[in-house]
Amino acid sequence: MCLAIPGKILEADGPEGIVDFGGTKRKVRLDLVDAGVGDYVIVHVGYAIEIMDEKEAKETLKYWSEHLL
Amino acid sequence: MNFRDKKLADAAGKKIAKLAGKKKIRLMHVCGTHEDTITKFGIRGLLPENLEVLSGPGCPVCVTPAKEIDEAIKLAEGNVITTFGDMLKVPGSRGCLSDAKADGCDVRVVYSISDSLKMARSSKGEVTHIGIGFETTAPTTAAALLQGPPENFSVLSCHRLVPPALEALLSSGEVKIGGFIQPGHVSTIIGAKVYEPVSEKFKIPQVIAGFEPLDVLFGIITLLEMLDKGECGVKNEYSRVVHYEGNKKAQAAMGECFDIVDTKWRGFPKIPKSGLELNEKFEGFDARKKFNLKVKDSADMPAGCRCADVLKGLIYPNECPLFGKICKPDEPVGPCMVSAEGSCAIWYKYKR
Ligand code: SF4
Repeated sequence: MCLAIPGKILEADGPEGIVDFGGTKRKVRLDLVDAGVGDYVIVHVGYAIEIMDEKEAKETLKYWSEHLL
Repeated sequence: MNFRDKKLADAAGKKIAKLAGKKKIRLMHVCGTHEDTITKFGIRGLLPENLEVLSGPGCPVCVTPAKEIDEAIKLAEGNVITTFGDMLKVPGSRGCLSDAKADGCDVRVVYSISDSLKMARSSKGEVTHIGIGFETTAPTTAAALLQGPPENFSVLSCHRLVPPALEALLSSGEVKIGGFIQPGHVSTIIGAKVYEPVSEKFKIPQVIAGFEPLDVLFGIITLLEMLDKGECGVKNEYSRVVHYEGNKKAQAAMGECFDIVDTKWRGFPKIPKSGLELNEKFEGFDARKKFNLKVKDSADMPAGCRCADVLKGLIYPNECPLFGKICKPDEPVGPCMVSAEGSCAIWYKYKR
């Protein structure tokens, strides 16, 4: 139910945008986030619920590689 | 490198084994999507025998009481009902929504509440959306209400909140849990902050984790390290998405539309302050009030079904005598076999 997947905003028009999920494009509501074209967002039941921070993603992996390898 | 990197996963497995030592440790997650990751990628197989990862009440469809399904079916007698696919086969006291559909009721599966709004806008009849889900989904219901829906639209709110259920579970003392893996997408909305009182009150470590296999493994390591050091705070492994304060815009939307109320969960007694009801301002869209719904309470568990114990983490799905024999996804007995997010359905799918 809480399944949500990341995609990239290709177009934004007020509260609605077009998001690319690895090749599949879908209309997504942007009411709940302050996101714009180029942002990666996490989308759940047709609504973007947060912006995904790519820098943080890299830092998490860097931290764990240093910690574990 | 990504969150499925094999080398890192192997190293994480070794680290977990080292940290777990020989102590008996029981961790719990409360999210169907976590159970899917754990089962699909065989994560339990990577863990030493003394370390258990249990699944708690993390499937919104599974914890929806039979009474609410009965309410939906009653509404379907006159209204178009829109809902997420998972809800169709969940048993009420006399059948499920899919039976109502077979009997000629207009029950439609939607991907989003915005599809339901569109339907209401382009028709004259009453359209009722079953608003189901935890904090991840509730803001989308709120956003739809704030869009100014037409008068023929209404919501049957079955939304529930996760932190009060954690408290109820820990207070019951029925299951001993050493640490919680918290759901990434519920946490996206409510933030890490909300879990702090639970850690303080019950002296329990918690980690917020994402849904890739490495997310879960890193989450487990984090909890084991915290247990080792006797720490009992909240850590956030899913910082690429979750912020300490959560998504304030989504919280504000929920605050504008809902009141927090005591509500029953399937398999649990009434949990204080764990449900969302449309507030006074949106009363006109509250299907229970608009259609003066009166449905009696009913038994939540079909005979022999052990979903209540599965939802509390007291047993694994395959410990239910009906699992895979009488109860299968095609012919589910209990709600945990119905929803794709239910532990029983997930275990069946991956043949555990
Ligand atoms: S296997 Fe079926 S009957 Fe048993 S607990 Fe799971 S859903 Fe209920």
